[in-house]
Parts: sequence; structure tokens; C-alpha cells
Amino acid sequence: MNYEGIVNRTVTQIPPSGIRKFFDIVSTMKDAISLGVGEPDFVTPWNICESAIYSIEQGQTHYTSNWGTPELREEISRYMDARYGLAYNPKDEIIVTVGASEGIDLALRALVEPGDEVLVPEPSYVSYMPCVRLAGGVAVGVPCRAENGFRLTPEQVLAAITPRTKAIILPYPNNPTGGIMERQDLERLADVLRGTNIMVISDEIYAELTYGDRRHVSFAAIEGMFERTITLNGFSKSFAMTGWRMGFACAPAPVAKLMCKIHQFTMLCAPVQGQAAALEALRSGRENGYASVKAMRDTYDRRRRIMLDGFGRMGLDCFEPLGAFYVFPCIASTGMTSDAFCEGLLREQKVAAVPGTAFGASGEGFIRCSYATSTEKIIEALRRIECFVIAHKGA
Amino acid sequence: MALSADEMKVLELLYEDARVTPETAAVMLGMEEEAVRAAIGKLEREKVIVGYPALVNWDKTPIEKVKAVIEVKVTPQRDMGFDAIAARIYRFDEVTEVYLMSGAYDLMLEVQADSLRTLANFVAQKLATIDSVLSTATHFVLKKYKVDGVILEEERKDSRLAVSP
Repeated sequence: MNYEGIVNRTVTQIPPSGIRKFFDIVSTMKDAISLGVGEPDFVTPWNICESAIYSIEQGQTHYTSNWGTPELREEISRYMDARYGLAYNPKDEIIVTVGASEGIDLALRALVEPGDEVLVPEPSYVSYMPCVRLAGGVAVGVPCRAENGFRLTPEQVLAAITPRTKAIILPYPNNPTGGIMERQDLERLADVLRGTNIMVISDEIYAELTYGDRRHVSFAAIEGMFERTITLNGFSKSFAMTGWRMGFACAPAPVAKLMCKIHQFTMLCAPVQGQAAALEALRSGRENGYASVKAMRDTYDRRRRIMLDGFGRMGLDCFEPLGAFYVFPCIASTGMTSDAFCEGLLREQKVAAVPGTAFGASGEGFIRCSYATSTEKIIEALRRIECFVIAHKGA
Repeated sequence: MALSADEMKVLELLYEDARVTPETAAVMLGMEEEAVRAAIGKLEREKVIVGYPALVNWDKTPIEKVKAVIEVKVTPQRDMGFDAIAARIYRFDEVTEVYLMSGAYDLMLEVQADSLRTLANFVAQKLATIDSVLSTATHFVLKKYKVDGVILEEERKDSRLAVSP
């Protein structure tokens, strides 16, 4: 059969992921150090794992409500209120999703009609653009710049808005740059959006991972923005639960109901064991002041400083990331493209990093290095990167 | 003991890894190297940090270490309470830890020696013969799983995908 004329053209036209090549090479290497991993190196805290085991022992093996178990939604509601000052009704404004990834898809499909434009800041997570296209929309990249701390500026948004603009993705704290948007940044963005019908999909999966004295500010908490914001969050990064695939989406009831309709017909519900684990994560967090989250964040922060210091020493410009667990140094001074740099680094020094271009064209000149790996490995990786940079200086 | 936030940060870091140099600690904590050195100096002077021993799994060495936990009932002494008898006991080299306990007995000791005989001798000749010691119950450790928050045998493999978005 010739499938070319049969299968969905939108799907075939979506380019393959830019990290595949590196994955293939690094998988064959024995002593490579990978700074290319986009998930915590911590194992899920045991109390969380144990509660899932217990739920299996108790025979909790059935479907739950489409929205997720009432207990978990109740707990998410308390969490969003306590941590971010957001009052979402557990009854019809919170959907438990299969990772925040599903939330991205639900949000876009609930909003986008064919030809609608969605603004996607770049560089950013690899899923947004494909999901916009799969929803029938047109993804409009907005290149963010290192000198602005990779923030999305109101001027850029104003310049990119057209009558077809349906929504803006707001991915902060940001993967891959580590950039954050602080309250005043969000307020300025809100000024641009007030009085429009543009919705904001705020992907806050890294919200617990901000450094220094900064606490994450939710866009929905900015005055007047609640009604136009879909807040996506989850357990993967904050509680080291990536493999559990547990996330949640919060939105005003009329939008949440539509998202839940899609979720109902495509997913039915998130896995029940994951929901039991997520419930324990939030309950124990509430009781012990999010001790495990804090311990992980403190460890990330130390590694973050080591990485930043390391790149500074080897003379590479590196904007100070204040969120997530990535640094995004500029390698343009080596004269290499991001792709060439990463491939050379992997082959010559056996260190895997991800070229900035995997996160959009504006990532050219940068590489993403994850510090979700042990301090010893980070120090060794930095040593090897420095060797690589010295060897190629002026080449 | 009043410790500043920075001193606590240094202490927590060293508790995780005592080998971190002041230079690296300064980078990790966003402090000046001099401030780290000063904090360590104070922590040592004030006996907050009392030593830097390595956490050893003796089972992996040729050296035989026998370890036991001993429950001890004692007679407290007027004016001194349990402190004098505890001091009398903790000065023995075989004794690695001494706790005053609530409940069915008074002191819990952890003792360690190179052989069963040495340990048996310690209990029979030294400990049990002290006047204030009323009774002892010795429990030998068969296997250690977790010590000071560290799981000894577990080797965790990084099972994550080598590169992920």
C-alpha cells in the first residue's frame, strides 16, 4: 500500500524531534555523561510510591470520574490556593490529566479552530507547535532574546497579534532557557491582553522550581487574567514523578467543561494509581511544608550555581536561569552552530547536550544543559566541555 | 546555638558531603569563599561539627566488625541523674553510641568490636560489673541495611532516557 496518499498530511508534515539524533548516538556510548535529560534524577519520594502500592492492595483498579477523583481535585484546589493564590473550584474547574502534556493538547483543542493563530514563545518545549498544528491551528513563533532574560515582552506580543490570534502559550519557568516571568513582567503582558479575546495557556509545570528569593507567580493570579487563563501544572517536576504521567489543568468552568469533554472521549480518566500517588504528594506536602520539594529545589540550586560558574570560567556567555533545571549558555563565540557543537562535544568528549535549535530556530547559538544530574557528573561534564571549547578556539 | 541562615546552609551541605571544598561550597551556595571558611570555623569551634569520619560499610572490608545494641537498666545517682553512669560507659572504646531512653530500659548502647569474643568480654567483664548497672540485654546486629540515612547495598541505576525534551 502507498500510505503517503492515505495518512494525515498534517502529521506527516510535522518535522521529527531535533533530539532524536543525539539520543541515538548517546545510547551507543558507554561512558557518556548526559546533560540532555529533561526530567529529575531523583526517584519519586517513597511515601508517594507506597501510597500507590497501597491503592493496588486495596483493589483500587477501576475508572475514576473523568475529572479525576474528588479527593485529588479537592487537594489540587487547596494546593493552587495555598501556593499560587488561585481559587479553582474542584467541582468543574480542575481536570486531572495524563501529564501536563495532555493538558496542552486539551487546551489547544478546546480553543483552536482551523486557521486560528497561537503565539508560541521560542525557544520553548517541543510539544507546543506540533500540538497547535494537530489542533488545526497556525503556530506563530515569537523569538525571545537572551538580553531580555528570554521573557516574552508585551511589545513582541503586540507586534505578533492579528485578528486571528486565539491564544498565547506562556511557558514559564521555561524549558530550555530557565527563564522566568516575574510579577511585573506578567502585569505588563496583562495590560496588552486586557480588552481582547485572546486566551492564555500558562504551562507552569516548573512552578515549584524557581531560585533565589523568587516564588513563581501564576498568570491567572494577575488582576483580571483568571477568566482568560488555562493553567497547566503537574507532578512530574515538582515531585519527581515524570513516569507516572500525572498532571492537571485548571480553567474557568465553561472552558474546563469543554476540555473535560475531549478528555472524556479520548482518555476517559488519568490512571487511578497515579491519582492515589498524586494525592499523597499534595497531602504530605501540605502537612510537612513541601519538605521533599524544598530538598530537591535546594539541591538543584547548588548544581545550578556550579554550572553557571563553570560556563562563566570557560568564557561562554550564560544568562542566569532562575527557574526549571536547565542552563542555556551561548556557544556562538566558538563559531560553531548549536548542532555542530553538540555533535562534536558528544563525539569528542562524550558529553550530551541538546542544541538550542531543538526548541525553535531562535535557539541557534545556544545549547541546553540540564543540571538534573549528580554534582560529580556535572563537574566532570564541565571539565570535558571546557576541553572541547579550548580545542576548538579559533578553529 | 544561634546559627545564621548562611551557617545553616553550609552545615546542611557538609552534612550531605563533608568533602566539599570551601571553594566549591561557595559556588554552590552563592557565598563568598571567606564567608564559607568563617562559617566552617565557627561550626567547628562551637562543636556543631564534631568530626568528619567516612561512612564505612565494614562488610565490604577484610576487617570483621561485630556490632550489637545493648539495652541497659541502671540506677540513677542523686544529683547526677543518668549522666555519671552514662559517662562511665561511653568512655569505653567499644561503645560507639549512647542514648538515654524512655520506656522499658534506661540506656541504649551501640557497641562495636573486632570480634565476638571482644564484645562478649566487654559486656561480661566491663559493662555488667559496674555497680549501677542492674541488667543488660545484648542484641547482635546481623546485617546493616541503612546507616545515617544512607542505604548501604542499593545501587541505583539511572534508568532515564539519555536525552529527553
